[in-house]
Amino acid sequence: MKSLRWLIGLVVISAIFGAILFLPLPSLLDWQSPLLKRAFFILFFSGLFSLWRIIRGPTAADRAVALDILGILIVGFCAILGIPTGRDWYIDIGIAWALQSFISILALGKYLEGRRFDD
Amino acid sequence: MIETAAFIFISIGLAFDFFGCLGLVRFPDLYNRLHSSIKCVTLGTSSILFGLFLYKGFTPAGAKALLCILFLLLTAPVSAHVLARSAHKSGIKLWDKSVCDKYAGDEKIND
Repeated sequence: MKSLRWLIGLVVISAIFGAILFLPLPSLLDWQSPLLKRAFFILFFSGLFSLWRIIRGPTAADRAVALDILGILIVGFCAILGIPTGRDWYIDIGIAWALQSFISILALGKYLEGRRFDD
Repeated sequence: MIETAAFIFISIGLAFDFFGCLGLVRFPDLYNRLHSSIKCVTLGTSSILFGLFLYKGFTPAGAKALLCILFLLLTAPVSAHVLARSAHKSGIKLWDKSVCDKYAGDEKIND
């Protein structure tokens, strides 16, 4: 039963990865190279995995971990979007997002530890 | 030539991101998940940003990408350490097949 679940998971993951790499995907904007279009969808599915952990996580700390990972992924998303659109302010959003998610994770960690914000 | 190098760095970073998030879904325990995913995602996003730097060159956007790598490498380990410490202090158990828990002994000595 456990190996069956493992096999089903392996098949689903490889199906997602192969579909991203080989199927014709909808192009939402004018990507300058096909790799960047695939890159958008790979990051999209990584974000869906971490959202799955946010929904499904048994405790609050699991959700905080997944939120941290999602914050770092969004920085990568901004970096990817900066190339085909040619707009440089996406990387500014990335820097601001990295610092802001760091501060929010510090506050969440203090809250999970059971202390108040002013000690 | 330099664009090819940038795309190679971006694809390495994408592979690291994808498999790090896979570890976030598949591993059994909070500490295992943190251990697998935060390193992979930090390195992968840093690699994507370095590819962006190679693509843009020494323009303001490329310099900002280097600055963003610096911020990520400084802040991500600190936030992971804070999360693991607060989770351990709030009493979340390890996986039942985990072998040793040295931080519990340290906490007893400090108390």
